[in-house]
Amino acid sequence: MHVPDGFFDAPTSVATGVVAATGVAVALRKARAELDDRTAPMAGLVAAFVFAGQMINFPVGAGTSGHLLGGALAAVLVGPWTGALCISVVLLVQALFMADGGLTALGTNITLMALVGAFVGYAVFRLVLVVLPRRVGSVPAAAAVGALVSVPAAAAFFTLLFAVGGTAEVATGKVLAAMLGWHVVIGVGEALITGLVVSAVVASRPDLVHGARGLAGRTTLVTAAARA
Amino acid sequence: MSRERTAPAGHRRFLVVGLLVALLLAGVGSYYASSHPDGLEYVAGRTGFLDSADEDPATTGSPFEDYGTAGVDDARLSGGIAGVAGVALTLLLGGGLFRVLRRRDGSGGHDAAEPPVPADAD
Repeated sequence: MHVPDGFFDAPTSVATGVVAATGVAVALRKARAELDDRTAPMAGLVAAFVFAGQMINFPVGAGTSGHLLGGALAAVLVGPWTGALCISVVLLVQALFMADGGLTALGTNITLMALVGAFVGYAVFRLVLVVLPRRVGSVPAAAAVGALVSVPAAAAFFTLLFAVGGTAEVATGKVLAAMLGWHVVIGVGEALITGLVVSAVVASRPDLVHGARGLAGRTTLVTAAARA
Repeated sequence: MSRERTAPAGHRRFLVVGLLVALLLAGVGSYYASSHPDGLEYVAGRTGFLDSADEDPATTGSPFEDYGTAGVDDARLSGGIAGVAGVALTLLLGGGLFRVLRRRDGSGGHDAAEPPVPADAD
């Protein structure tokens, strides 16, 4: 979903630049609460993993592909603020070294994929976790639903920006329908990858998963039963 | 990375395995990825705003432009090097940033599920 230079007019790019800079500045402060000696290296790994994951485009039909955005995945694994920073770092590396996503569109891309992706993904994850049984095993499923919703949410936000400051004269409804249609399908891929990766991490190191904090793990249950 | 100083031995293995998976995905797996345009690019082409993209952006000429390595002809090698370099750059930037941001008092203070890890691991 990397926006190139030129899609949006200057005022829109400046506005998303301000939103992105503000979001990253707040995240830099808030992420401190999520990061300690154990989670900081994990967060670096999550950023590197999302970079790799974004290179794996999967076909979604009709000559189109999608790839992991990773906002929901990162938010569940290392916390929403740190997760947003992970995606921002990925987008910066992609813009500077891979020419993927324009430099003037970096603010737009951070807003869409880092801020909307991580926070919508994390909010939905938290909501779903409320209705599921309170145990670690619920985390991958809730993460997958968060991921599923985060992709069309970012696509809808792109369309909103396009309606306000798109440089091409294309009917908003047409763009919205196409963006939502394709990104719901891509969201299914995002959900599968996110669910798979989160369940792998939860299975090996549940203590490292931010979204699993405060939930009873299998080990804890066995211990409690043994004591009773 | 300065993993030795920040991570207990218990999860150094986890970090190394995770990094290997990332390097394999970016360095090898990416060759087999779909080369079709992604959702946004496809929609832009179909609804008619793809041409509004800047033909010659400032980042043209980046060392790993379009996930290839300048001067390397073999597609598999060119993409593989770019992928590995991207993972390394992201790890360096992200790892450095999070290392600076982290709380240093060692009071993780949350996880009930934390397995017993020797405090003197490093």
